[in-house]
Amino acid sequence: MKKTVAAISLCFFFFCLVACVPSTKQVLATSESQVSLRNIQSRIFDTSDKEKTLRTIIATLQDLGFVIDKADTSLGTISGTKLDRYALRMTVSVRPRGQTQTLIRANAQYQLKAVEDPEPYQQFFDSLSKAMFLAAQKVD
Amino acid sequence: MRLHYSFFVMFFFLIACVPQIPKEALQLSPESLQNRQLQTRYFDTEEKNLLSASAAVLQDLGFNLDESETRLGVIVCSKKRDARNAGQIIGSIFLALLTGVASPVDKDQVIRASLVTHPINIDTNDKIECRTAVRITFQRVVTNTQGLVSKQECIIDPEIYQEFFDKLSQSLFLEGHQI
Repeated sequence: MKKTVAAISLCFFFFCLVACVPSTKQVLATSESQVSLRNIQSRIFDTSDKEKTLRTIIATLQDLGFVIDKADTSLGTISGTKLDRYALRMTVSVRPRGQTQTLIRANAQYQLKAVEDPEPYQQFFDSLSKAMFLAAQKVD
Repeated sequence: MRLHYSFFVMFFFLIACVPQIPKEALQLSPESLQNRQLQTRYFDTEEKNLLSASAAVLQDLGFNLDESETRLGVIVCSKKRDARNAGQIIGSIFLALLTGVASPVDKDQVIRASLVTHPINIDTNDKIECRTAVRITFQRVVTNTQGLVSKQECIIDPEIYQEFFDKLSQSLFLEGHQI
């Protein structure tokens, strides 16, 4: 009986510990470090053609079932949403890296949660590199 | 003792049941090529013409423009419409008569369309030689009488796409002839 009471109170304690975090903490919340997150979400491609890269990203997102929400050439960003009983939102940004390379970074949120697992990003960059006819290189 | 463990198991599930991204969410599906063909058409015109004709068709269909980036050939628009379905309402009434509980039915929907053009052949001297691809994708979010999202889906109905492209070719013809 004592053990049961102890178990219940332990659960209650943990629950309070989880529950007492204010929801505003979500504004800057992230479970991964900035460096590892950038590593997971970024790839380098050997191209300097920004517009073509952006157009290929749009085509890849459409092939993956996304509907494009926003696109901006000057900023180099594309956002899209995939609705398939769930909502998956993704933003892909393109930045020049030196004279001959481009850094592409993607971040996604699934329902109410940030996607911080490397595998979905790997799958996305696999599809993208096929469409670009270029190999995706990891950031050192 | 058993109760002791069951609490931990329950607590574990409470934490572990955070939804995870499906494995196939960012993978090209076998249907992706088929969907691309369904959603894409080619027109012998330059990109600028096709974009303005597309915007006109979307306006004809009652969409309001949300976002556009002509340099990348992107137009995003949406409309909010009624989503009530007679069959569903009758079903809900019958269920209410049987159980005494009114079940929520679909009430309204936001339909979003995203149109992207892609130049295939650019000829600055002869516009007739130009060739541009256009791909449109539709999706909708349906809310029910309780104000909750009941459906969120991509619309894959060949008839809808066929009808849209028929209207687009008419619009291009009208624009080409300045009617």
